[in-house]
Amino acid sequence: MTNTAFPLGPISSVSGSTVVLPGDDIDTDRIIPARFLKCVSFDGLGAQAFADDRSELKGDHPFDRPEHQGASILLANRNFGCGSSREHAPQALMRWGIRAIVAESYAEIFFGNCLALGIPCLGAEHSVMLAIQAAATAEPSRQFQLDVAAASLSDGQQSWPLELGSGPRQMLLSGQWNGTAQLIANASALEATAARLPYLGSFAAS
Amino acid sequence: MQQWQRRPGFRLVDSIGSSALSSGTLYDKVWDLHQVAELPGGSTQLFIGLHLIHEVTSPQAFTGIRDLGLGVRHPERTVATVDHIVPTSSQARPFADPLAEEMLVTLERNCSEHGITLHGLGSGRQGIVHVIAPELGLTQPGMTVACGDSHTSTHGAFGAIAFGIGTSQVRDVLASQSLAMNKLKVKRIWVAGALQRGVYAKDLVLHVIRQLGVKAGVGYAYEFAGPAIEALSMEERMTICNMAIEGGARCGYVNPDATTFAYLKGREYAPAGEAWARAVAWWSSLASGPEAVFDAEERFDASSIAPTVTWGINPAQAIGVDENVPSLGETEPNERPLTEEAYRYMGLAPGTPIAGLAVDVCFIGSCTNGRLSDLQAAAAVAKGRQVAPGIKAFVVPGSEQVAAAAIAEGLDGLFREAGFEWREPGCSMCLAMNPDRLEGRQISASSSNRNFKGRQGSASGRTLLMSPAMVAAAAINGKVTDVRALLNA
Repeated sequence: MTNTAFPLGPISSVSGSTVVLPGDDIDTDRIIPARFLKCVSFDGLGAQAFADDRSELKGDHPFDRPEHQGASILLANRNFGCGSSREHAPQALMRWGIRAIVAESYAEIFFGNCLALGIPCLGAEHSVMLAIQAAATAEPSRQFQLDVAAASLSDGQQSWPLELGSGPRQMLLSGQWNGTAQLIANASALEATAARLPYLGSFAAS
Repeated sequence: MQQWQRRPGFRLVDSIGSSALSSGTLYDKVWDLHQVAELPGGSTQLFIGLHLIHEVTSPQAFTGIRDLGLGVRHPERTVATVDHIVPTSSQARPFADPLAEEMLVTLERNCSEHGITLHGLGSGRQGIVHVIAPELGLTQPGMTVACGDSHTSTHGAFGAIAFGIGTSQVRDVLASQSLAMNKLKVKRIWVAGALQRGVYAKDLVLHVIRQLGVKAGVGYAYEFAGPAIEALSMEERMTICNMAIEGGARCGYVNPDATTFAYLKGREYAPAGEAWARAVAWWSSLASGPEAVFDAEERFDASSIAPTVTWGINPAQAIGVDENVPSLGETEPNERPLTEEAYRYMGLAPGTPIAGLAVDVCFIGSCTNGRLSDLQAAAAVAKGRQVAPGIKAFVVPGSEQVAAAAIAEGLDGLFREAGFEWREPGCSMCLAMNPDRLEGRQISASSSNRNFKGRQGSASGRTLLMSPAMVAAAAINGKVTDVRALLNA
């Protein structure tokens, strides 16, 4: 587990070693089993990431293997983070040390939850993902640099193109990924929208 | 340095693409009406008409607004209940589990501090959040509905745009009654024909997910339409929309019609008096018209669907009750690693008939299938029969209102006489955040929505998803059973 500070402000790059989690459709129940959701704070979740998968593999899970301790970039495949909307899943990954994810695709709620925490989730085409995972597996200590603005990943020898939509990219680069302030700033537009909603007006239950 | 080339047209999340094609759908109309502003970078600030909260995903969100020095912008559009952590055998306070008690106390304090209505235990209105909002008439056509729970898609049954969010987004809705969102594309799921006797909405949606897979809906809202969907009751439509998320679609919806209006009329929070006619006129105008253009469409025939059961570790790993566990050769190449993992985890060999597979626990309940009509369908199977020896079978009504209505019909007694336990309302063993859980490698027949590894509270527990009537049939015979045989007996 790393002691690196949680994301804050503009996020233009993430550097570090990687941890590969192969396989499609890794759901949020696996990332953080439901029994760990019995909490009123996210603080303790880092040690519980993938708890059941890890105990099943008895120390051989990527999150337990010594070469991946301190990793900050998670490499996954298709539909990562599907299922439950629990933000406890990205919270657990972040508290374990993950600061960015590269995968073939994401479930949307998970993608949005990561963005709200300042964890960039970038996409990689299938063949690119396999090449990245192969490079990372061949040398687990290899250092990678993820560039948010260019949407690319590099290990100093190779550079792979990644995908990131303009909205999330801008939110990360500007530091507005934690967007509460922006939403409440539009107070008059919020009032105008509420005023035109029929169910808040002419036929709202009294 | 070697440079990999970017392939043109590749997209990370389909939703980031344009959705200009889907003009005239209900989704477009509701989206447009609720747009507050365009945000830098191209996402939309969307007004949320109804915000539902519960004890699991809200505490950190309240801490968040407190830390920012903010209040709740629209407490009157925020409604709370407690469902995930409540025990179902005794709901006396304080709960035996101190963590569960702390979560409820925290919710009570947050609601009280911010003036939010909490439908708590014993209020007559408590229950699973996706059961109570519709039955109270809170969920209405044309609304945007958000909740920190992925099964919020349920509310789309009313022609609302309803979707699950994470806790940071719960904080944003509390603070601003809005969210930064990207518009989805719309895929119409057209279902012709009619469901046969013994085949239910649950079978229909499991069949759709089986055919399309768990990723087909990513980037889309699913519009469920066609004669088979129009013929469904509101409770059946809720079952369908509830599981849209299991097919990857963050929201699913059905266009509002006479069935929708008849369900809503007279409910506590539904419009009444002169407002009723105005409401129905507006609701009617929202439906996707004949001019609506969809980004994609899939077509199904309800009459060919059999009672459907999952055999694996995601909801698409499903087969008809008369089929066998598929071989690798019958599986899409992309899906084969997950299929092999499912064989291993479930302890099932390819070619094994699913009918006859012995089960240990039978669970009837959840936001998918914990409503009165679900209990009635299960009761029709259980009536006059006995749960097989050694089987633990229990019924968890979706809400206090569902429980009261079922008791008024004598369903509690009917289930007890048949050997089922009758419990108090809550999410229960759908996700096992309360004492109801599988032990070791037990297999459950479950009317819930997810068969993920470890989902029902044991890291090696196994889940077979099916309709409530099929769960009752499994309880009676102690093994997976084609409910049609019992209905015809």
